[in-house]
Amino acid sequence: MIKGKFIDNLPKVYGIYTGGFLVFIILMAIAEQAGMSAKLIGIFFVAFTVLIYALIGWLSRTLQVDAYYVAGRQVPTVFNGMATAADWMSGASFVAMAGGIYFKGYGYMALLVGWTGGYVLVASLLAPYLRKFGCYTVPDFIGTRYGGNLARFSAVIVLTVASFTYVTAQINATGTIASVALDIPFGIAVYVGLASILMCSMLGGMRAVTWTQVAQYIVLIIAYLLPVFWISSKLGAGFFPHFMLADEVARIAELEGQFGFVKNSAADLATVPKGLAGITKAHSSVNATPWAFISLAVCMMAGTASLPHVMMRYFTTPSVRTARRSVGWSLFFIFLLYSSAPMLATLSKLSLIDPTLPTGIIGKTIAEVQAIDWYQNWNQANLMFISDFNGNGTLELNEFFMGGKAVVLATPEIAGLPYVISGLVAAGGMAAAMSTADGLVLAISNALSHDIYYKIINPKAETAKRLIVARVLLVLIGFAGATIAALEIQGILGSVIWAFDFAMSGLFFPLVLGVWWKRANAPGAVAGMLLGLISGTAYLIWVRSGGSGFLGITQLTFGIVGAAVSLVSMVVVSLITAAPDAATQKMVDDVRIPSGKTVLAQK
Amino acid sequence: MSKQEQHWEKTRNLLFITLAIWFVFSIGIFLFGAEMQESNIRPFGYPLTYWFTCQGSLAIFVILIFWFAGRQEKIDDEFGFSEREGDQ
Repeated sequence: MIKGKFIDNLPKVYGIYTGGFLVFIILMAIAEQAGMSAKLIGIFFVAFTVLIYALIGWLSRTLQVDAYYVAGRQVPTVFNGMATAADWMSGASFVAMAGGIYFKGYGYMALLVGWTGGYVLVASLLAPYLRKFGCYTVPDFIGTRYGGNLARFSAVIVLTVASFTYVTAQINATGTIASVALDIPFGIAVYVGLASILMCSMLGGMRAVTWTQVAQYIVLIIAYLLPVFWISSKLGAGFFPHFMLADEVARIAELEGQFGFVKNSAADLATVPKGLAGITKAHSSVNATPWAFISLAVCMMAGTASLPHVMMRYFTTPSVRTARRSVGWSLFFIFLLYSSAPMLATLSKLSLIDPTLPTGIIGKTIAEVQAIDWYQNWNQANLMFISDFNGNGTLELNEFFMGGKAVVLATPEIAGLPYVISGLVAAGGMAAAMSTADGLVLAISNALSHDIYYKIINPKAETAKRLIVARVLLVLIGFAGATIAALEIQGILGSVIWAFDFAMSGLFFPLVLGVWWKRANAPGAVAGMLLGLISGTAYLIWVRSGGSGFLGITQLTFGIVGAAVSLVSMVVVSLITAAPDAATQKMVDDVRIPSGKTVLAQK
Repeated sequence: MSKQEQHWEKTRNLLFITLAIWFVFSIGIFLFGAEMQESNIRPFGYPLTYWFTCQGSLAIFVILIFWFAGRQEKIDDEFGFSEREGDQ
C-alpha cells in the first residue's frame, strides 16, 4: 500500500523537502543580488510555502473516519513531536513572544516556563491514558468516562470557548502577515489566510493537518533560528548565541543604567500610536514579584494540559508508549525555538540601543533616524515611532517606540541582514499561525461533528454523511473566526493567554480526575466544567470592567479562579452524589494499563 | 494486593516524584528569583534566575519527560502490562 510506504519513507520525504526549502532560500538570495525587489521576494516566500502546504493537504485527502479524526493512529513518535510543536507554537510564540520579552523582560519570561512546563503535566497526567482510551476528541473522553450527553455537551462548550478565543488570534496573525507580504488590505488578507488554512485541513482532516504541520515546523524553525545565529555572528557576539550572549546581556544592563528609565508624561504618550511601546523595564533583572511570575506560569501550564488541539495530537500515535515519548519529542522541538526567543530579544535590543554599534539609534539625532530606510518602512506600517519629547534633538531611550510584532519581523532588517531573511521570517510566522489555526479549527469542528452531531443528534449517521458534516462545520467555523478576527478586539498575545485560562477553568480538573480519581462522577464533572468556566469568565468580565480583583489575580491569570472553583465543585458534587457504577470503574482500571485493546474498542 | 493495584501504586509513586521535580523547577525556584539572581553561580555567565527562565528549567523539563517515560515503561514491563503487537 502506498500509505504504508509513505510512513516508512517519512525521513526521506521530509529530508528532501528540507533540502528543497534550503535551495529555495538560496535561489531567492541569488535573485535578490540580481536585483529582485523586496516586495516580490516576500510574495514568493509566502505564496510558495502556502502552496506546498495546500499540495500536502490535497495529497492527504481521505474518506475514512479513522484517518480523518486521528490520522489512522500511525504517526511515528518523532514526527508527531514535530507536528505537535507546530500545532503548539502559534503566531504568539513566533511573532509576539520575543517582543513581550524585549519590552517586559523577566515578567514575560514566565510564558517560557509555563508553555514548556505544562508538557510535564501532559506526559505524566493525561496523554498516555487518553491514548489508551482510544477516543477521537477530548469531549469523547469526558462523555464516555463520565457517561451522559450533558457531560459531553459541557465539554464541547468549554472546548469551543477556549479554542475559538485562540483561533481568532491566529487568523488575525495570518492576516497580518499576508497583508504585509502580499501587500493587500487586512480585511481581505484575513480571508486569504483563512483559505490557506482550510486548504490544509478540509480534505484530509487530521491526516492532512499532521503532514502539513510537520512541513510547517521545518519552515518555522529554520526561519526563527537562522536570523538568530546570523545576527549573533554579525555582531561578533559569538557563533552559538545560546551559550555566548552573557556579555551582551551584561552590556544591556550597563547601558540601561547609563540611560536610565525616564518616565514619559501622559500628554507625550498620547501622541504615540496605539499598540506601540517603549522600553520601560530592565532586560535581565528580576522585576516581577514571585507571585506575578508564578501565577502566570501556573495558568499557562494547566492550560497546556487542557487545550484540546494539543491533547488530540497524542491520539494519533500508534501506541501508549509512543504517545508518552512523543510528548518528550514535542517539548524538545518547542525548546529549540523557546530557548532562542530571549536570545533574539537580547540581540535585537542591543543592536538598537548600543551607540557603539553601527545599527544603534539611541543617541543619534532625530533627523538621522528619520532618514533610515527601515525606520521609514516600519513607521509607515504603524509599528515604529520616534518623537523628540524633551526637544534636545537627539533620540533618547524613552523616545523610541515599537510594536511587539516588529521585534521578530523587523530585527533582521535593523541588523542589516539581506531582505531574503525578512521574507523567510514572514513565511515562518505564516507557518506558525497557520499550523495552530488548523489544529484549533479541526478540534472545534471535530467536537461538533463527532460529539454533537454523531453522538447526540444522529447516532445512525453513515460515514460519508458524518464526514460531510465535519467539513461543512470546518468551513463555517473558519469563516466565523475570520469575521471576528477582522474586528481586532484583543491583541495576539492577550487572546492566546485568555484561551489558556478558559481551557484551564473548565477542563483541567475534569480531565485529570477522570483518570486519577475513580470516585469522580458525571454530576461532579458537569459542575466542575460549567461552574469553572462561568466563574472564570465572570472574574474576567469583572476585572475588565474596572473591578479590583483579589489575591493579585489579573485578567491574564483568571484561570486560577476558574480552576479552583472547578476543583471544589467537582469534588463536593461527586461526593454528595452516587459513586460511578462498576462498568465505569472497570473502564478507569483499563485506562490505567497500557496493554489490551483501547477502552472504546472494547465497548 | 492484586497485580493491577501494585502496578498502579508504582505508577502513582512515579507520578509524585515527577511532579515534585516539576514543581521545584517551574514554581519552587521562582519563589527566590531575586535572591538567586544575586548568586555567584552564573551558568555560561548569565545571571542565575535569567538563565533558568530562558534555558535551565526548559531543558530540565525535556529531560524529565524522557526519564519519566523510561521509568514508566520499566514499570509496565515489570507487571507485563506493556503493549504487544496487535493490541491496538
